[in-house]
Amino acid sequence: MLDLSLLPDGGVSWLDASGEHAGIVLSTRIRLARNLEGFAFPGRARDGERLRVLSLVREAVDSSPSMESHLLVRVDDLPPEDRLLLHERHLVSKELAGLDQQHPVRSGAAVFLGDGMGVMVNEEDHLRLQALRSGFALAEAFAAIERVDEELGARVPFAYHPEFGFLTSCPTNTGTGMRASVLIHLPGLVLTKEIGKTLNGLQQMGLTYRGLYGEGSEVVGNFFQISNQTTLGRSEEEIIDQLMYVLRTVISREEDARRVLLRDAGYIIEDKLWRAYGTLRYARSLSFDEAMNYLSGVRLAVGLKLISGLSVYTLNKLLIFSQSAHLAHAEGRPLTESEANLVRARYVRQLLADEAGLNG
Amino acid sequence: MLCDNCKERDSVVTLTRSDAQGVTELHLCEKCAAERGIETQLTAPKQPLTDFILAVQKQLPTTTVMESSRCSFCSSTLRDFKNTGRLGCSYCYAAFESSLRDLLRRVHGHSRHQGKRYQPPLPRVAEGATVLAELRDRLRRAIEQEQFEEAARLRDQIKVLE
Repeated sequence: MLDLSLLPDGGVSWLDASGEHAGIVLSTRIRLARNLEGFAFPGRARDGERLRVLSLVREAVDSSPSMESHLLVRVDDLPPEDRLLLHERHLVSKELAGLDQQHPVRSGAAVFLGDGMGVMVNEEDHLRLQALRSGFALAEAFAAIERVDEELGARVPFAYHPEFGFLTSCPTNTGTGMRASVLIHLPGLVLTKEIGKTLNGLQQMGLTYRGLYGEGSEVVGNFFQISNQTTLGRSEEEIIDQLMYVLRTVISREEDARRVLLRDAGYIIEDKLWRAYGTLRYARSLSFDEAMNYLSGVRLAVGLKLISGLSVYTLNKLLIFSQSAHLAHAEGRPLTESEANLVRARYVRQLLADEAGLNG
Repeated sequence: MLCDNCKERDSVVTLTRSDAQGVTELHLCEKCAAERGIETQLTAPKQPLTDFILAVQKQLPTTTVMESSRCSFCSSTLRDFKNTGRLGCSYCYAAFESSLRDLLRRVHGHSRHQGKRYQPPLPRVAEGATVLAELRDRLRRAIEQEQFEEAARLRDQIKVLE
């Protein structure tokens, strides 16, 4: 069984709620798509070519100072439950994990996991570098990923075109190959029904949003992943600056919405949020979506300082560890959906009770 | 309102740019907007990938000659791209250059990379002969694909090693 405790940071340092605006912004992620010159893209390549790509990348990563302590996970060797676990931990994409019916796991699919840094190999592109940080930390994540990009690009030749920039399998990523995204919790804007306007505004600024797990995923628990939509025609710094500027506006709108909620509907909101907390503390069976929605309420209550003594870190941990593959991993056996609901409720109760006990 | 650029035609599109310095607005007519690579007909897609594939299908000429032309490196055709939304290899960008340039402009509003410049590493000299052979092979391919900038770069690399 896959042992994630071997990872340099357990793969979860991005959950520690240490970054800026950590109550509202869960995490920041920047990824760069890169391909090796002289090989067909993974979707078109033969098994042998993908394995050759993996071995070239391995040599490059092994001598790259920023990836000094890393763990190589051969995703193509893992059983489906472990691949799902990596995906739930946000360490590999759905495509690399082979969870997408259209894209079963490919030979040579692998991920190098470093400290807050990952290098996926043989995903849609040969390389997907990603930096993951806690809270709102675009500048920090960019600096980290730039370093890895420089180091790897000096060791293996990337496919690059003077006019089009970095060449990628899908032309939506051509150019910088960069997608910078921020996972943000916007219950205030949802409850005040301002969210539609905000999301429309984002699209007019060339940004886009997705759910918790990125491309193609639903929005649950009022979590939105906001990112740049285009990758060509602007520099990396311009893309980051714009995203930073727009997100500061979104964060301040969310804060305003929360103030309005408290002012205009104080006791109704307070009642609703305490009920969410009560359900999580005492429910005997919880589906994932249900847990996400109540957790969203409790997260808001903590942000509004209605509930004290509960840390954002605990709430972040609940988001990740109450997912099905994580529960099955902790139990050491596969779980049916209804079993998972029971185990989930028990896990949530336990963690919240521990925290309440600790803080009196 | 007149176009801020040519001051002749009516503006049809407002370009809003916001950064740390604040918000600036530029009003452009269709022609001046097109010159900057801005598509005046396109609204921001809600489903980027689906819209993108639809754009691909609209964009590509339907003549079978075009669709069946092949990339000489990975032997993908434009038809394959139309079906999957993915290219077969980096050489496809040279093989289908003009179709892709139009498509990139449509998807991104631009077709010229403004980001980081990149120079691939020089092959290690220790590997001598095989490196030269590989470079000559790449040079031959670049010429076949009419990637002349790339060819010139490779020719210089070969000269250095020789």
